[in-house]
Amino acid sequence: MALLQTDNLTAHYGDFQALFGVDIRLEEGETVAIIGANGAGKTTLMRSISGVLTNRADAITFENDRIGSAHAADIVKKGIAMVPEGRKLFPSLSVEENLLIGAHGRKVTGIWTLETVYEMFPVLKERRLNPGTALSGGQQQMVAIGRALMSNPRVLLCDEISLGLAPVIIRDIYAALPKIKASGTSIVVVEQDIGQALKVADRVYCMMEGRITLEGAPSDLSRDAIHNAYFGAAA
Amino acid sequence: MIWVDTIVQGVLLGGLYALFAAGLSLVFGIMRLVNLAHGDFIVMAAYLILVLVTLLGIDPFLAALISAPILFGIGWLLQMHVLNRTLGPDILPPLLVTFGLSIVIQNALLEGFSADSQRLSVGQLETASLALGPVNVGVMPLLTFVSAVMVIIGLNKIFYSTSLGRAFRATSDDAVTASLMGIRPNNIFATATGIAMVVVTIAALYLGTRANFDPTVGPARLIYAFEAVIIGGLGSLWGTLAGGIIIGVAQTLGAAINPEWQILAGHVAFVIVLLLRPRGLFPRAVD
Repeated sequence: MALLQTDNLTAHYGDFQALFGVDIRLEEGETVAIIGANGAGKTTLMRSISGVLTNRADAITFENDRIGSAHAADIVKKGIAMVPEGRKLFPSLSVEENLLIGAHGRKVTGIWTLETVYEMFPVLKERRLNPGTALSGGQQQMVAIGRALMSNPRVLLCDEISLGLAPVIIRDIYAALPKIKASGTSIVVVEQDIGQALKVADRVYCMMEGRITLEGAPSDLSRDAIHNAYFGAAA
Repeated sequence: MIWVDTIVQGVLLGGLYALFAAGLSLVFGIMRLVNLAHGDFIVMAAYLILVLVTLLGIDPFLAALISAPILFGIGWLLQMHVLNRTLGPDILPPLLVTFGLSIVIQNALLEGFSADSQRLSVGQLETASLALGPVNVGVMPLLTFVSAVMVIIGLNKIFYSTSLGRAFRATSDDAVTASLMGIRPNNIFATATGIAMVVVTIAALYLGTRANFDPTVGPARLIYAFEAVIIGGLGSLWGTLAGGIIIGVAQTLGAAINPEWQILAGHVAFVIVLLLRPRGLFPRAVD
């Protein structure tokens, strides 16, 4: 049994169907990348797993627990934390408060604390009293990742963490992923940047129009196969 | 000298208006909910204190202390089961529902307590006064003002120095992302309304001890509270205190010139501030 898996997962926004029977799985200790163009359904998939969009209970299983219909607040308590697309820091909170709220209202144990997050991203410690939104895009992304880690999750969902950032910053952000993985957290990375995704992932899923079109280890996938799965065979 | 006295009395009266307004300000600041029944809840709390005073023969201050947790519970349940359902992108449902609540509360109070004026008696405290330098101030008005400052300090403390306050601010910023942090926005909103109702109880204590009240005086308290909140800047608690003081001083100055101008002067001050600073004196940076 995988650590986290979806079974025939569907999602709708009103009349519009965004996901059509998506099956993915994440094994313990694994990093999985989900790639796809804009509108492929990647973010909808993340929002479904994290409980922002609710589903059938058995559509999502985490540690043998059916969590498809659980509230987002319960899902993070079970051990799945999300770094949302667009970072979504709280403007009314300082950097440190943004980090602290990641473990709101509960005692969490594990290696991720304010100290270890500051150790990984030292610049955040210098700016800990600034409003979160006063930081640069890259630093905000560090806060968003740190905030999710503060709950010491078993699974970290990273939605488009490179979006809108300069390449040198993206490199810094991605340098953190192996450390997070080494701490025992399994990771799902959603990316439009295929190169970046293939570098960090043990396995890759490609999505198009709400469906999984390709799955495999990065070394097993040819450029053409990815191209076809990403843009469609006719492109 | 009379002017100094007038202004001091106005500042102290402002404390009462700030108490009327603090709960409204808190709820608006966190969930952008305008509670049109706020004034009626103050009157309802005053009746609850009156009932406890009458039935148990206790002091109004003690009765208020007993009423506070009851009102917290009422606020929590009301938010959880009624008002949370009205929150959303459309601002009309909360206005309609709280307007309806206002009518229901007024009529229920009228049915239960008749239209007779009531008052909470605090004995000699009502007429006691202190000499503060050149002016004499009443103990009750002073107590009201001190309570208002303490309420504002207390709410600010909760808001900025506790994990509950952090959750209030985060949920106010972005309820969906807050739920990704393990926060249940509905619970947070219910707790906020509960706290606002504790402030309502304190406001009710001073409403009832300083003036007569009957079931229909709620909407006028709401107007003062509204004006104080808007003068101060929506969502700013210290601004709300400043707003209350501005209305209080305007009213006493107006009354000193001509007694008929008291109420009008307060409203005129409100309009002037609105014309000069449409977002209030201390608006929140992010809105």
